[in-house]
Amino acid sequence: MALNQDYVGKVYPPGEAYQVGREKVREFATAINDLNPAYHSVEAAQALGHADVVAPPTFAFVITMKAMAAAVFDPGLGLDYSRVVHGEERFSYSRPLVAGDTVVTTTTIESIRVAAGNDILTTRSDIATVDGEHVVSAWNVIVSRGTGGES
Amino acid sequence: MAAKVALADVEVGTELPAITVRVQRVSLVMYAGASGDFNPIHWNERFAKAVGLPDVISHGMLTMASAGRVVTDWIGDPGALVEYGVRFTRPVVVPDDDKGATVEYTGVVGEVRDDGTVRVDITAKFEGQTVLGRAQAVVRLA
Repeated sequence: MALNQDYVGKVYPPGEAYQVGREKVREFATAINDLNPAYHSVEAAQALGHADVVAPPTFAFVITMKAMAAAVFDPGLGLDYSRVVHGEERFSYSRPLVAGDTVVTTTTIESIRVAAGNDILTTRSDIATVDGEHVVSAWNVIVSRGTGGES
Repeated sequence: MAAKVALADVEVGTELPAITVRVQRVSLVMYAGASGDFNPIHWNERFAKAVGLPDVISHGMLTMASAGRVVTDWIGDPGALVEYGVRFTRPVVVPDDDKGATVEYTGVVGEVRDDGTVRVDITAKFEGQTVLGRAQAVVRLA
């Protein structure tokens, strides 16, 4: 079954705020095997002009993944998650995410299209501080294999 | 924020230092825990094979993170990265042995822009084939 085109433009408001923790940033940086001092040492991060340890660029996905669930599992959208693969990911930063930031995420369904029999869903998740300062936007493209039929 | 690379020192075609990353099952377990992505295709061989994969595969976002390191290692300050995007084109298959999967990452400056940023084009290769498409980062240089 094809995805419901009426959902293009639908906005999912923020849930609970996410607090970027220093130890979580270090744990994530260790898991991606990245020893960049800016991710691990407060002193090194501050020497570069940051308030605290910097979250690696793809850390934002940890936050947006939670926020996107509202869209992906929206029953009216009609997505069969068991058929989904991750197609693309892109981040656009206004400034780096750092430990101590408390942020909220707003997710918008940007497009739904069909290509080669697959449904392709693009969402944009905008991460901003609770004070309204934009930090990063993430575009996520997922492909639902074989569900983009003619019907 | 200050990248350790100066705009004046790069041109289109400037090559970034390459990196080689070995991904083992423990890497996937660590990434699953740190990221919260517990999709069983990344740690459960039985499940992965049941859905048609040759074996457990790496998280695409872990491959993306490693590819990004080509750029952030080069500029030093990860805060100088302003845009970063990839397409996931092939899986990185991670066998349950002592070697795991080896992925090689290279980067080259593809564009120098008037606003003081440069675009880096990244290539990620596993078993001789690219696993990311259109992997590009935009960074602000000193």
